[in-house]
Amino acid sequence: MFTITAFAILVALGIALARAFAGPTVFDRILAVNSVGTKTVLLIAVLGFLTDRPEFLDIAIVYALINFIGVVAVLKYVKYGDVAHPGEDGSAG
Amino acid sequence: MVLDVLSWVLLLAGAAFVVIGAFGMWRLPDFYTRLHPAGLTDTMGAGLILLGLLLQSEAGLVAIKLLIIAVFLLFTSPTTGHATARAALAAGLRPWQAKENRKEQGET
Repeated sequence: MFTITAFAILVALGIALARAFAGPTVFDRILAVNSVGTKTVLLIAVLGFLTDRPEFLDIAIVYALINFIGVVAVLKYVKYGDVAHPGEDGSAG
Repeated sequence: MVLDVLSWVLLLAGAAFVVIGAFGMWRLPDFYTRLHPAGLTDTMGAGLILLGLLLQSEAGLVAIKLLIIAVFLLFTSPTTGHATARAALAAGLRPWQAKENRKEQGET
């Protein structure tokens, strides 16, 4: 049961990676990498249940957090050409 | 026994949604149309899979962690989708038009 789900997620990861490589615009790539991230979270959770290791779920939580931060950071980099940019109204000091 | 069957159905349905979402992200013509299947996998695929796992786990720390992941994905996936779409629009990426609309606007 878990193995079938894990294989299905692996197939989905492959397709999402293919979109990441083929994506014409940079935003397709960001979208694909974000999708790969959430699929990896699911894969870790399913593998944690497959091999009876409940501590995998901690890894999945951390991975979900970092995936979100990473996507937002890349988006800011793409938009402003610099992650440390103060933003439109200079509020993000 | 009933829990096993139920979680089996939920897991496979979630896996199906994840694969459909990934396939949709491959097939759809434009970035803005691909936002939909990406969101689909995050909400429906992840929701069903995590629910299926929840049924398999005894009501303890494992279940709480699964709920944390589910709630977190529930909040962040719309946020990233929205932020990506805004950044794309700000960068001047125009949504894909049907052929006759494109002729009107004189695009290729």
